Amino acid sequence: MTFTTHTGNRGLVLEEQLIFEQGQPGRTGVDLPEPKGTKSRLGGLDRDSDVGLPGLSEPQVVRHFTRLSQKNYGIDAGFFPLGSCTMKHNPRLNEKVARLPGLADLHPMQPESTVQGALELIDQCAHWLLVLTGMPAVSMSPAAGAQGELCGMMAIRAALDARGENRRRVLVPESAHGTNPATAAACGFTVDSIPATEDGRVDLAAFEAKLGDDVAGIMLTNPNTCGLFERDVRKIADLVHEAGGYFYCDGANFNAIVGRVRPADLGIDAMHINLHKTFSTPHGGGGPGSGPVVFSEALAPFAPIPYVVKKGDGFHLVETADEEDGMKPFGRLKGFHGQMGMFIRALTYMKSHGADGLRQASGDAVLNANYLLARLKDKLSVAFPGYCMHEALFDDGFLKDTGVSTLDLAKAIIDEGFHPMTMYFPLVVHGALLIEPTETETKESIDQFCDAILSLVAKAESGDAEFFKNAPYLTPRRRLDETAAARKPVLRWKPETA
Amino acid sequence: MRYLPLTRADRAAMLDTIGASSVDELYCDVPDGALLDAPVDLPSHLGEMQVERDMMALAAKNMGASSVPSFLGAGAYRHHVPATVDYVIQRGEFLTAYTPYQPEIAQGTLQYLFEFQTQVASITGMDVANASMWDGATSCAEAVLMACRATRRKKAVLSGGLHPHYREVTETYCQYSDTEVAGRDGHPEHQATAEELNDLIDDQTACVVVQYPDVFGRIQDHTQLADLCHAKGALLVVVFTEAVAFGAVKSPGSFGADIVCGEGQSIGNALNYGGPYVGLFATTQKLVRQMPGRLCGETVDQDGKRGFVLTLSTREQHIRREKATSNICTNSGLCSLAFTVHMSLLGEDGYRRLATLNHENACKAADAIDAVDGASVVNDSFFNEFTVKLSKPAAEVVEALVAKGVLAGVPLSRLYPNRSDLDKYLLVAVTETNTDEDIAALASALKEALA
Repeated sequence: MTFTTHTGNRGLVLEEQLIFEQGQPGRTGVDLPEPKGTKSRLGGLDRDSDVGLPGLSEPQVVRHFTRLSQKNYGIDAGFFPLGSCTMKHNPRLNEKVARLPGLADLHPMQPESTVQGALELIDQCAHWLLVLTGMPAVSMSPAAGAQGELCGMMAIRAALDARGENRRRVLVPESAHGTNPATAAACGFTVDSIPATEDGRVDLAAFEAKLGDDVAGIMLTNPNTCGLFERDVRKIADLVHEAGGYFYCDGANFNAIVGRVRPADLGIDAMHINLHKTFSTPHGGGGPGSGPVVFSEALAPFAPIPYVVKKGDGFHLVETADEEDGMKPFGRLKGFHGQMGMFIRALTYMKSHGADGLRQASGDAVLNANYLLARLKDKLSVAFPGYCMHEALFDDGFLKDTGVSTLDLAKAIIDEGFHPMTMYFPLVVHGALLIEPTETETKESIDQFCDAILSLVAKAESGDAEFFKNAPYLTPRRRLDETAAARKPVLRWKPETA
Repeated sequence: MRYLPLTRADRAAMLDTIGASSVDELYCDVPDGALLDAPVDLPSHLGEMQVERDMMALAAKNMGASSVPSFLGAGAYRHHVPATVDYVIQRGEFLTAYTPYQPEIAQGTLQYLFEFQTQVASITGMDVANASMWDGATSCAEAVLMACRATRRKKAVLSGGLHPHYREVTETYCQYSDTEVAGRDGHPEHQATAEELNDLIDDQTACVVVQYPDVFGRIQDHTQLADLCHAKGALLVVVFTEAVAFGAVKSPGSFGADIVCGEGQSIGNALNYGGPYVGLFATTQKLVRQMPGRLCGETVDQDGKRGFVLTLSTREQHIRREKATSNICTNSGLCSLAFTVHMSLLGEDGYRRLATLNHENACKAADAIDAVDGASVVNDSFFNEFTVKLSKPAAEVVEALVAKGVLAGVPLSRLYPNRSDLDKYLLVAVTETNTDEDIAALASALKEALA
């Protein structure tokens, strides 16, 4: 039964104004002491106008953000099979530990003698990453995956400079995540795209043909963005090394192989690890992340400052480029010492799983994805044959002639109570649907999702395209006009002018 | 393992559906010899209680900043964070959401980003702000790259008052993009004038970068510098490390700044030993399409109701690839939520009062320190942080005060390890969290250490 309500609210779905539309002068949500009226020493630059912030009491603020939260879908609420994003369970223990006063309440410039536990924690987190990857060195600095890429590619640039070589071409498969070419460009490299084969892997012949003495290296995601293991990865490593280049591995999909395959055994020179994916520090609606980078012996000397070393009985933070012999850091990537809050969560996660649990987790992630693939492969069009790794990729061939697009299907999935899969990525597949269930889902939830998809596909085949074009129907907002948003951008609230 | 729901029976049934004999078979594409047949050499799984015990043992080896009188700043500041902030950011709907690419089920995230952008634009006095960067230092580097794009020039002039980490990160970002970074060494007892910086601007200069208040705590009017920059076709970038300051001092926007960026940790975020923090980034309407990072914009849905979406994404890496304005993808979402919640609680009155209390406490501490023999405050102006010249090397004094249970501040030698001329200077930050007793403890410990 549909009817309109006086308030616009619909039961538990509550409309919520912006805080700027709710404020009243004189209201506040904090109780701060009365200032004493000290004469200011602000160099004559005392603020002489209002900032323009609304006044709200604490209960208003709590209600505001509670209502906003109810318009969001999170892993805590349901199945979130967003391919390449690894939306697995985020344990609350990690949050609890990250808030221990002895960890959260440390200033980054405290004397070393007062933060020995923090440095030891960074060292422990680094140790786990080194053993899991088999690599000899790691930089803990990078703030997120994309900065990890920057870290790896800058180390390659520095190593080439040290060799006195002016190699500037970087080979990037066309299936790569957008950050790869953007990162290469930020390091002054030119991007040369490598095509994919019919089976979703790097075209080895095309790759080999592109090698030359101007090639700095390759940026290859493995397992790749099609959810497949690059079976020629060792050959690729050998060829790029023979050509004098380096192998940067995008480790966004490390979660498929943790504890089962060590990237060092594949011949890589550098790889970032998204702690917010593989080691479940939460995504937080878009961050913060953390992207430590492991290095081979060849690139290790160029890793950025700062880094932790063992010194005597304790730990020492190296903050200057010229402190250690043999090290030639390419610079500094971030203020202070990296995403400590994320190291705490990742280490808590790793210790909870242990070597055995991490191996089980990657195996279950791959098992869940292959199960989902097996359940859907007869009705949906599988992009590439064979087993997948941690995610299953389909193209939109199965929707041909239905008038329903990948986007339409995804929006209908929202009404079924799931977060949709990743759409239209990777770009090498037409109308891509990339589905990553992760290891923390039950067989029952995967079955329910597959059943829902299959029923929607049947509905699409029955000719009801109009239903899909207008989905979703049951969300706090329906399809939003993105074209209008971009044409005349409104990026902030402004008071209505009288 | 408590996070893994599959049972032995599930796994067998699923393998059967797949038609595989084992999980190892699913890894058939892994090259010979690379597939491990046993766990790696790391400890086995632990229960929740044991992990917590391990992590508490590490925490116990540190001296928490709030456990003693503490006066550290230099880009990270200890402020009181209301309990409401942590409650909100731990709601699973925020904590466990992804980047809001499906706006129909992410209006919560999108609306707070819109509010965040408005708050950041308001405090900085700028037209628009983005949905956050990684931290203040990377924001500064991105601002320089943006200025180069906008002006099609390849040189940045960095003021000596810029935080050394911000300078180093900017140099690192610029070194491989043929962008020249010029500037002067900073000194707490000499502040570059607008004219001195003007001498460094040439026809290839994309921007001048100043910090306000600067790394030594000084507050300078940059209106004249903005005019000088604009006369030569360069942009003025104003960087900040203490977002509370704008509750007390004029906004950088009022100077005519083109880009204002810096660190938002001060509002809503714990110290976290340096991260994660939240980079704030604001600019003028004119330059909005040159901005890095995500932007949230207002629109309407199919039923005509107001809603929010990520917009102008043709600037970004997932669309533009190697031609993107930045490679940033994941930003500081949850830290920006913490900022938004804290700022919402503060409101106009709270924000202004918080800033005033910081300044008053800093004035009190400056007077107390100035009264100590062998210590003198060098700043004429400051907000909540100032530089003190000591009669002994500051790093030694700081160590001596640790033994007395006081975290005295940041010795400039920590920030400038190769500048022996700065080794007797100490940077002292004072916030609303410092009590009169803290200030007395600092002054008396300094007196003993300098005697």
